[in-house]
Amino acid sequence: MDWLLDLTPDEWNAVRLSIKVATVAMLASVPPAIFIAYALARWRFWGKTVVNGIVHLPLVLPPVVTGYLLLLAFGRRGPAGAFLAEHFGIVFSFRWTGAALACGIMGFPLMVRAIRLSIESVDRKLEAAAGTLGANPLWVFTIVTVPLILPGIIAGAILSFAKAMGEFGATITFVSNIPGETQTLPSAIYTFTQVPGGDEGALRLTLISIAISMLALVASEVLARKVGKRMDIE
Amino acid sequence: MTIAVDIRHRLGDFTLDAGFASEGRLTALFGPSGSGKSSLINLIAGLIRPSQGRIEIDGRVLADTGKGVFVPRHKRRIGMVFQDARLFPHMSVKNNLHFGRWFTPAGERYVELDAVVELLGIGALLERRPGKLSGGEKQRVAIGRALLASPRLLLMDEPLASLDEARKAEILPYIERLRDEMRIPIVYVSHSIGEVARLASDIVVLHNGRVAACGPTVEIMQRLDLLPADERGEGGAVLETTVAHHDEAFGMTVLGSAAGEIRVPRIDVAVGALVRVRIRARDVMIATERPKGLSALNILQGKVAAIDKGAGATAEVRIDCNGAAVVARITEQSRQGLKLEPGLPVFAVVKTVSFDQANTAAGLRGEADV
Repeated sequence: MDWLLDLTPDEWNAVRLSIKVATVAMLASVPPAIFIAYALARWRFWGKTVVNGIVHLPLVLPPVVTGYLLLLAFGRRGPAGAFLAEHFGIVFSFRWTGAALACGIMGFPLMVRAIRLSIESVDRKLEAAAGTLGANPLWVFTIVTVPLILPGIIAGAILSFAKAMGEFGATITFVSNIPGETQTLPSAIYTFTQVPGGDEGALRLTLISIAISMLALVASEVLARKVGKRMDIE
Repeated sequence: MTIAVDIRHRLGDFTLDAGFASEGRLTALFGPSGSGKSSLINLIAGLIRPSQGRIEIDGRVLADTGKGVFVPRHKRRIGMVFQDARLFPHMSVKNNLHFGRWFTPAGERYVELDAVVELLGIGALLERRPGKLSGGEKQRVAIGRALLASPRLLLMDEPLASLDEARKAEILPYIERLRDEMRIPIVYVSHSIGEVARLASDIVVLHNGRVAACGPTVEIMQRLDLLPADERGEGGAVLETTVAHHDEAFGMTVLGSAAGEIRVPRIDVAVGALVRVRIRARDVMIATERPKGLSALNILQGKVAAIDKGAGATAEVRIDCNGAAVVARITEQSRQGLKLEPGLPVFAVVKTVSFDQANTAAGLRGEADV
């Protein structure tokens, strides 16, 4: 069993990096995902179909295409990349932040879908009741709508996290496969399978990958049950 | 407190074209389902924006399409109790109750938690979750929640419609206490004649989106033509009486009214208290001379004031008993047999047992504005 826990520094780096990238991708996605999901569920606006299509694009495009588009837009010479680097000092290309961006984008449609479904199932009469009690729309959203859609937010966040843990194509296309900077678990496993005698390392990382994903699933179950119990909607 | 509403509003095929003004303590919006009463109350609450019209409460214009005024719901300070309670499932009863209070400026709070908890008898529920409450408990908490926002006006949209008879009987006294002790002006939507006769000081009758009649309860309840055909007999006289004394030997209470003494089954109210009774038109018999050898205990002397021959085999006779009106619903055959005509002295006969609990209620206390 020793070989299982005896990770090389590069392998540890890959595990740590993957968790960091997935966590950042998930957390950074939540606010925009709630906003987009709310807009799609509640508002009527011109171009709604287009917005919906763009949000879902990463789900249907080959990941490599998404990665390449990110490279074009957020690369050093890309319009968005150059702007962000110049004004905010944020650089995505060949950095772990780029991996997080790629993972966040790939998981975004999953998160938006989960949150949108829960917003659509919110009883709007409760929001109307909150309004008659003196709460303005922003307060209604914060203390009535958000708590009611919390199970959907948790489900969406876990989906996004799991997607980020497994994301490979867009990440490797956009930020390459640099050990210690952009080499996440899938890239590391892929690298192991490309070299002779890498089977042991690939298996180790595969098992760790499975463990982390299982843990995330169990955590979401526990959280969702806790929230559900609070609302007596189990 | 004046409520003045004049609205034209389209909802699909349905057009609401309603105007009324009321200064009553409890104004009932009464009508069959689909008559527009819920739309009207939602317009007052600001949950619907009117296509055209004006709403003014106590001198404050809440909506005026002509001037482009529309006060959003959260700035109206109008409490609303919904048929389906609508408690927030993610908050405890206590936090539900506090909800409106958070949004009420400290200087405008005139309702205290302890007073509301005591008034509604919900002290034992505070730590519970709404999902664990019975229907009647939910509705009491919903009333408390609306009150604690210190509203200028309380709207109640069929608050008892989804409850069974026992739960209704449980809540009704609390609504009477709101009306009389908290003295909050109330607009109450209902299609139940019993509730309206019991609670309302004023009634607005709605029919197909229009106001069919509007006035004090005592006057409106006598107009059986305003009621749906199958419920005409449920209407009738509403009398404001005072408790004269209790007849312990026979388990009865004797009420004094302008029309004379009325004996009802014993009610638990102090002597001298105001009591409102409803005498359903179908429970009243008419005699042209004082009946003898009759089991009915209430024989009120009066004169025929008016006769409405109605459409079918029935006739509605209004009897003026010394200023108070009693309405009787009899057959056309009886009317012709007795040769009833306006001005004829008659006796109205009412059985004591026809006054059940639901027909005797606390009268409006405080300054009499009925």
